[in-house]
Amino acid sequence: MADIDITSQTMDGMGPHGTKVGLLRVLGPAHVWALGVGIVLVGEYMGWNFAVGKGGAYAALIACWFAGILYTCVAMIDSEVTSTVAAAGGQYTQAKHIVGPLMAFNVGLYLVFAYTMLEAANAITAGYLISVVAGMTGYAGELDQRPFIILVIMFLAWLNYRGVLATLTFNLVITAIAFLAILVLFLSTSGILGGGIMQHTALFEGHEMPYGWIGVLAAMHFGLWYYLGIEGTTQAAEEVRSPARALPFGTLAGIMTLLIAATLTWYVCSGVLPWEFLGDGVNGSVAPLFDTARLSGSNGLIWLLGFGTLFATLASANGCINDASRAWFAMGRDKYLPGWFGAVHPRYRTPYRSIIFLVPIALIFALGAPLDQVITFSILSGLLEYTFMPLNIIMFRRKWPLNSIKRGYEHPFHPLPAVTLLALCALTFFAVFLGYGTQLVAMIGFYIVVSLWFHFWRYRFVNRGAQFTMPWPKPQGY
Amino acid sequence: MAHYEPPKQGKASQLFDVIVLVILTVGALFVPLWLGMAGAAKIVAEPVDSPTWESLGQTAAQAAQYEALGYDPASAHDLILARFDYSFSAGALIAMIVVIVLYYVLMLKFSEVEYREVIAEKFGDRR
Repeated sequence: MADIDITSQTMDGMGPHGTKVGLLRVLGPAHVWALGVGIVLVGEYMGWNFAVGKGGAYAALIACWFAGILYTCVAMIDSEVTSTVAAAGGQYTQAKHIVGPLMAFNVGLYLVFAYTMLEAANAITAGYLISVVAGMTGYAGELDQRPFIILVIMFLAWLNYRGVLATLTFNLVITAIAFLAILVLFLSTSGILGGGIMQHTALFEGHEMPYGWIGVLAAMHFGLWYYLGIEGTTQAAEEVRSPARALPFGTLAGIMTLLIAATLTWYVCSGVLPWEFLGDGVNGSVAPLFDTARLSGSNGLIWLLGFGTLFATLASANGCINDASRAWFAMGRDKYLPGWFGAVHPRYRTPYRSIIFLVPIALIFALGAPLDQVITFSILSGLLEYTFMPLNIIMFRRKWPLNSIKRGYEHPFHPLPAVTLLALCALTFFAVFLGYGTQLVAMIGFYIVVSLWFHFWRYRFVNRGAQFTMPWPKPQGY
Repeated sequence: MAHYEPPKQGKASQLFDVIVLVILTVGALFVPLWLGMAGAAKIVAEPVDSPTWESLGQTAAQAAQYEALGYDPASAHDLILARFDYSFSAGALIAMIVVIVLYYVLMLKFSEVEYREVIAEKFGDRR
């Protein structure tokens, strides 16, 4: 299979599936960073604070750092495999080459659901924000958020339909603004620039660990929300100019950015908002950074964080549409799903049918389910995916040891990151079980049923040998 | 291994597959919601009559922040006192562990069977 070139400017790099109308290779490392951070940064603007509700403020901080370790392992493992398996579909394509078709099908669905639910959560938050702004600017009564939720999803889907470069350039700009807004809020409220308003000691008094240590464990559930989606950088693999350089650089720079943003976010919000209010993202603080700005007394900060929240939700939803549609497209192209989805737009060179198909799915969840349930669904899909990653890297190193194929990046200390990741995933499953056990069982039940459907029905439409498109030697042990 | 030629799938069959997937997806989230089994409901175990900031366990600094956010003790009552119930039975925990392990074992086993076919067709007996 030496005829396959994953950096080709004219073919889509997928061997037997390759066509001259492939995805365009136009992205650089900054776009990869923007895709990863753009999807995730909204996690600092909303959702992470449910971790405070599950265990208290200190528990949320501990969860933030442990989740940071989990995602550092994810980024390290992902960078090695992706710099070698550089194709649309990201972890889905990795699973197809390393573990097997059924695992790949499941991973593809994890990706689609994690991102589509995150997109729905973003649209809900954008709708909420617009209703708050309407109230602050004198609108009387309760604003109907639904038209704004629909508008957000439709507009971003249209943007994605039109082309990836414009989409991710748009993301780069609004992500940078949203990140700067967090820095400005921190500098303005912590006492570094002007008077500080932080009251950590006074606000924590008597509520340091409201649930004890089990609350710390439980908080890991929403601790993932600080970073969920950073692994989405791999979805751009077929559209970056230099996969071996841009993907590891963009991903690792992204996780560093998020570790800083997550810690600053916890610091400013928990120092201003009482933990019970902060921890209730449905009836209390839906957008905690924005609420912190409201208590700062500065109109400038209120507007900045209002736009920051809006931009973060838009950037995230935008990236989610991009990633979910690539995963759906890749599965359609391989006939894991009906082949109709595997089409590329002849003019815009985007997976337009997949983009359009996922719009109503996102709308169903955005309009029909509460925020914490949507977030939990997204987190569970992400968690199942992170549990797959250590298995994936261990099998990858066994089947193709370091000297057998060229890797763009080799992560250090193997298998320590894989073992650490597996242990933290087990801990997080328990955290989800505490309070959201029904969703956990419903989700696993869903994946068991669709796995049986795939193995006994759908797989008959799939070419066997043609699924393996990488120019690698035969795996060891086969 | 002999080359496997997959059957061509008709448009109606493709559409049917998509409908099955959509129903399963929507069902996985909404069935627990419709049946009222979606967890995470926080409950107020010990409500307080005629609440004050003191009776809600709030210091002066904490009460000041609630007031700045537009709350009074009555409107903040449920927000402040609602708690998760983290009690669980060993049976439920074991059931969850068994379901998760079963899922991964099932998936890895079926994947391995399918993967061997892929490698056999792709590489044959080549090394």
